[in-house]
Amino acid sequence: MPTVSIGRDRLFQALGRTYTEEEFEDLCFKFGIELDDVTTEKAIIRKEKHLDEEEPSEDEEVIYKIEVPANRYDLLCLEGLAQALRIFNGLESIPTYSMASISKDSMLKMHVKSETSKIRPYVVCAVLRGVTFDEARYNSFIDLQDRLHQNICRRRTLVAIGTHDLDTIEGPFTYEALPPPEINFVPLKQTNFFRADELMEFYKSDLKLKKFLHIIESSPIFPAIYDRNRTVLSLPPIINGAHSAITLKTKNVFIECTATDLTKANIVLNTVVTMFSVYCQNKFEVEPVEVIYPDGKSYICPDLSLYQMVVPLSYITTVVGVSLPAHEVAGLLNKMQLHVENSVLEENQTKFTISVPPTRSDILHPCDVAEDVAIAYGYNEIPKIKLPSLKPQSLNQFSELLRAEIAMVGYTEVLTWILCSYKENFTMLNRKDDNSTAAINGNPRSADFEVVRTSLLPGILKTVGHNKDHPKPIKIFEVGDVVLLNETKDVGASNRRHLAALYCGATSGFELIHGLVDRIMEVTGTPFVSPGDNTGYYIQRSDEPEFLPGRQASIIYKGNQIGTFGIVHPQVLDNFDIPDPCSFVEVNIESFL
Amino acid sequence: MAEEAVLGYLENNTEISDSGTFAEERGINHDEIVNIIKSLNGFRLVDAQDIKRERWVLTNEGKTYAEDGSPEVQLFLAVPPEGITREELQKKLKPTIYQIGCQQAIKNKWIEMGKSQVSRKLQHVDDRVRDALIQIQNGEAVGPDDINALKRRKLITSQIWKGYSVTKGPKYAPKRKKVATDLTRENLQRGDWKEVEFKEYNFLAKGQPTEGGCLHPLLKVRRQIQMIFLQMGFEEMPTNNFVESSFWNFDALFQPQQHPARDSHDTFFLKEPSTTRTLPEDYVERVKRVHESGGYGSRGYGYEWKRDEANKNLLRTHTTAVSSRMLYALAQGPFAPKSYYSIDRVFRNEAVDRTHLAEFHQIEGLICDRGLTLGHLIGVLHDFFSRLGMSKLKFKPAYNPYTEPSMEIFSYHEGLQKWVEIGNSGMFRPEMLLPMGLPDDVQVIAWGLSLERPTMILYGIDNIRDLFGHKVDLSLIKRNPVCSIGL
Repeated sequence: MPTVSIGRDRLFQALGRTYTEEEFEDLCFKFGIELDDVTTEKAIIRKEKHLDEEEPSEDEEVIYKIEVPANRYDLLCLEGLAQALRIFNGLESIPTYSMASISKDSMLKMHVKSETSKIRPYVVCAVLRGVTFDEARYNSFIDLQDRLHQNICRRRTLVAIGTHDLDTIEGPFTYEALPPPEINFVPLKQTNFFRADELMEFYKSDLKLKKFLHIIESSPIFPAIYDRNRTVLSLPPIINGAHSAITLKTKNVFIECTATDLTKANIVLNTVVTMFSVYCQNKFEVEPVEVIYPDGKSYICPDLSLYQMVVPLSYITTVVGVSLPAHEVAGLLNKMQLHVENSVLEENQTKFTISVPPTRSDILHPCDVAEDVAIAYGYNEIPKIKLPSLKPQSLNQFSELLRAEIAMVGYTEVLTWILCSYKENFTMLNRKDDNSTAAINGNPRSADFEVVRTSLLPGILKTVGHNKDHPKPIKIFEVGDVVLLNETKDVGASNRRHLAALYCGATSGFELIHGLVDRIMEVTGTPFVSPGDNTGYYIQRSDEPEFLPGRQASIIYKGNQIGTFGIVHPQVLDNFDIPDPCSFVEVNIESFL
Repeated sequence: MAEEAVLGYLENNTEISDSGTFAEERGINHDEIVNIIKSLNGFRLVDAQDIKRERWVLTNEGKTYAEDGSPEVQLFLAVPPEGITREELQKKLKPTIYQIGCQQAIKNKWIEMGKSQVSRKLQHVDDRVRDALIQIQNGEAVGPDDINALKRRKLITSQIWKGYSVTKGPKYAPKRKKVATDLTRENLQRGDWKEVEFKEYNFLAKGQPTEGGCLHPLLKVRRQIQMIFLQMGFEEMPTNNFVESSFWNFDALFQPQQHPARDSHDTFFLKEPSTTRTLPEDYVERVKRVHESGGYGSRGYGYEWKRDEANKNLLRTHTTAVSSRMLYALAQGPFAPKSYYSIDRVFRNEAVDRTHLAEFHQIEGLICDRGLTLGHLIGVLHDFFSRLGMSKLKFKPAYNPYTEPSMEIFSYHEGLQKWVEIGNSGMFRPEMLLPMGLPDDVQVIAWGLSLERPTMILYGIDNIRDLFGHKVDLSLIKRNPVCSIGL
């Protein structure tokens, strides 16, 4: 996206008010441009020279760097940007650009020679009369040409702009293509005559111009524009002649655009003349030029006619998603510089005839019109329309993620019964039933199904007991639900999702299980904090009967105990017929959600 | 030196016919030659063929006789021509030599053993035993009679001798380049990796086993089936409530209180928490009425519905208990079509065997919308099951208390060459939906199956206990392919 640097104070003056930076950012945001940077001329220079950051002095002019859409050439200068924003803010109506009414005979002529077709076949021209320049306007005029050259002109390959003080030259003009040695002139910013071929050599060391040389360098003929006295106006797309150079005193401006792409040449010419006709004696008036090709065909340019487009209201409202009355849509379009000439009712359908001004070459299709309506209405004012979509079960999704993480650090997943025997859930774990924890089956067919587990420990220990022959170490885990009595539930009990993991080897592996706890916290984004701090997790000694005393700890997460880990009590190991030491961790993972 | 000898010899000769003689001729230790040949063979510089030979070596006893002479000769020489007393003779010799020497000398008829006097029968004897032993020690050939005699006396023993015959290998070179087994940091630092010749890998052996954890195969299948449901636009139901009331598990589904499934033989009823405390009372009233006397166009079951029975807590026998809660909740707001699924644990008070467990995972899908027909159900079942790889389906009329029409789903199993039942389906009865408050033009089509069944088919497991529970072999969990259904 192109960026335009504009003096803040001049911009605010043009907008008729000052803005805070925040207010201005908001305006840009709504309009679809972006305040990219706020800087000063000196700061830019300092940055270029890699000087140390100095405090900017108070008197430096503040420059706004504004990013504009790549298809809005009319926003590439202060004049166009300010005009667009003023119209958007309702401060100004859409300008009407007109052609000076002069007879075809008194019109300036540009004769195109047939050789140009071999190198750069098109030229379009126009004249701005009675222009009042000052330093800022002059700079803006030059900058606009630079930006156009950089963007739509594709670094002058497609179009090159030449602007001249009309009072220093005399029509009719000719657009020719000649062998380089035959072109001889004093180029801009030089005092000596150069032959075109010498000039190309000379510019090879010119940082700014050398990148354009390739466009014509290898051609046996170079394009050139002459006036009736054989004064060279320009050697497009490289350089203008010094003779016709624009100054602050210039009143009448002759503009020529040579091109390999006629459509873009017209857009470029229109952009230059519409933007700067604001400074003409007759505001918004442009004097036409007749371009005559060797085949005798002639064209009057520029073409400032309005492009007419018929757009149904229903199309616009369907795109925007807001049903708006016709007059409101017309008002919104005006804010975007689109004239709605009349709205036609046809079979109960409102249709707009929209006039697209020459400044708005970006409008190609009714969808561009619909977008402008939406922008003027305000993207952020458009009511949300919710589409049908699916909600995830967060707990299940989270379990999936956690399971993958635990498997990644080397633990193998097991899937065990939810039902177990009463002994396995209590006495074999050295635990006592307080009669307010576990859901108890009334009619189990076998002792294996007496109790709904309150911990994943028995299932995991039974798995180890049945896999005694498996090579050590055994590293297993399970993510599953336990059931706990819960007075607040209609049925008096509720599930709780736990994660358990066990290490079994020649040594207990306590540090490995401790490390796994840290990893679980790491993947849940929990910081390790000092005891008593409720913003993360910490570990403190615990005293649970299933673990060896002094070899176990509680996991405190944001102030609540969510699990324990430790070396499984040797008595418990014996109860489950496990000959090797084991460490185990069990965590309530619902706490993380 | 040995390596140079082998490679150098082969440069001008086609074969080393025997590594043993080759070593001997060059005065090189044969073991050294063997090691070099093995190594050269590994790198294919030479082709080595095994030579195995049985050969005789002296036992320790044999070695002493080769040194000192055989006992019989020692004994013979100890007997002077004039004879000697036994006592004198015994004193002159070691006891073992005396003993063995007497036996052999008598056997050879060399001496006469009188009552007290020992005398020579011959004037001169040859020590053939010693000679034979020395010949064997020197690797010379010995007649089979002598071999047998010495073997019997345990003076020699057979030894398998291993050697090689060697020819040029496919990578033969007169001098071996240093070959490397791996690329090292030193190779990179020294830059000698360009010259390094690598030993060829043996791709007939497997690589080193990987380390790392694994997910459980049943849950890998669960994941894929979840993906299928999501792709079909189904939303997951919250099923993390194993304890359920009979009301939501049975009554709400228009399952009569005398239904055999509500028997304690099939269902785990809970001692603690034994009863449900709260139910939506007006809905309970409507359910009671529809069971007792019907309504909504139904005759009902015509029995006395008991609240106590509905309050009994149990471990849910199907996830349809959750579906009934979800549909009831859906009916409490303005109607919006929904597609729901769940995959979670259910409980049956059954004896455990190869194909039955007291716990398994139920997969359930349901669609609640206006204008649904049996055609939609069959269509969605085809879509769902073909994603599981079962595209040949047929449907059997069946009975299910809460669906009407009800269809059992059969799939043609190519492996078994027969139709197998894979699930159950149907349209929920109006007696279930209308008391909830759903609009009367709304239908619900639903189906269910177990997660274990397709998993067992997929992983070729025929005993469910090998798949799920604490008796599962951990190695089996680690060796499963990814679950590729639904791809």
